[in-house]
Amino acid sequence: MGSLREAIRKALTAGEVAGVVGLILEEGHPRPHLFTKEAIDELERLVVGDVRYPLAGVLLKIHRSDPEARLGIVARGCDERAVLELDRNEQLNGEGVVIFGIACTQEQANACQCAQPYPSSHLFGERAAPVSDSERFDRLESLSKEERFQYWMDQFGKCIKCYGCRNICPMCFCPDCVLEDNDLIKTGNIPPEVPIFHLVRAFHMAERCVDCGLCEEACPAGIPLRTLYKKMRNVVTTQFGFTPGITKEGKGPLQYLGDGEFGKQEGH
Amino acid sequence: MINYHTVYTTCPYCGTGCGMLLEVMNGRLVGVLPCKTNSINQGKLCIKGWSAHEFVHSPERLKKPLLRKDGRLEEVEWDEALSFIASKLKAITQTHGPDSFAALSSAKCTNEENYLLQKFTRAVIGTNNIDHCARL
Repeated sequence: MGSLREAIRKALTAGEVAGVVGLILEEGHPRPHLFTKEAIDELERLVVGDVRYPLAGVLLKIHRSDPEARLGIVARGCDERAVLELDRNEQLNGEGVVIFGIACTQEQANACQCAQPYPSSHLFGERAAPVSDSERFDRLESLSKEERFQYWMDQFGKCIKCYGCRNICPMCFCPDCVLEDNDLIKTGNIPPEVPIFHLVRAFHMAERCVDCGLCEEACPAGIPLRTLYKKMRNVVTTQFGFTPGITKEGKGPLQYLGDGEFGKQEGH
Repeated sequence: MINYHTVYTTCPYCGTGCGMLLEVMNGRLVGVLPCKTNSINQGKLCIKGWSAHEFVHSPERLKKPLLRKDGRLEEVEWDEALSFIASKLKAITQTHGPDSFAALSSAKCTNEENYLLQKFTRAVIGTNNIDHCARL
């Protein structure tokens, strides 16, 4: 923790970065914050713990407001995957983003069932062993098609259409969201139509989802969204040899459609 | 210099009291995040909470009382609005009795504000016609 803080302090005072996105402890709650040279003492309250926020999403927001500023981010494995994927989708000037990587503990990796509980570079802390199995995923896979369909219809039926899954998602960067497109999904009605609402989102996440699980943590109805998107990632990986969040280069399968700009800039 | 910080507060929309973080960028409210460590909502919000920031900078937001004059709503100062309300309340309750008045309070108000409204209704006006928005 001391060395992480020191590295950030050094980068800020040397002017290598204009600001670093991380968590600050205030009023007893860790929360997203932009650490800057002007308020360097705030670094004393930088925290790293069990609590996760969509820091890459916060980074994107700040980048959009000031595209010239070089930014840093205190990133776990999932945060780094999100930064890479945003970069691949031309949402960030990736060369500019400085990763201050932190490794998750083994307990955190186990709790998240995370296949990559550490970022690829600039690491502080010891790497925990990856957890590649997901019991829930495997259990669902073992069900028959009919049982699985019924399972998901029951889960989607709990939805209160809060849009929390989309709002918290660091990969939901489209300026116009398909979930608010009246031709696809009736807006202004609660609850949402099932399964179309959830499947539209699932397909949209197929080549973007970095498996951070923030959507599931934000779901007031307890829908196992991460398992759903894991399936989508799985299909995209096995069928197209593409896994989101690994590299900032290359195209996702959907981006081969049309003029190749599908999914970039404008979204959709 | 860019500035991004959050303000910890309670959702203004209902009585549940979800903890939320208002995202402030360069002095403007730009978003809401559910507070993960709040014991009430534990990192979750409903659709109202998620969009609770939108009214703050809305150009349609009422910032002053409106009073209908000659059939048109006009912006007036609080003193004028409150004097108008007081004179009307007085006239109506004197003519038709205190039960001609009813108050509807709100889950968006504080506990103390709700207490004041029921006290005003019962002790000043003299009626038990007090209810709240959750039953509307």
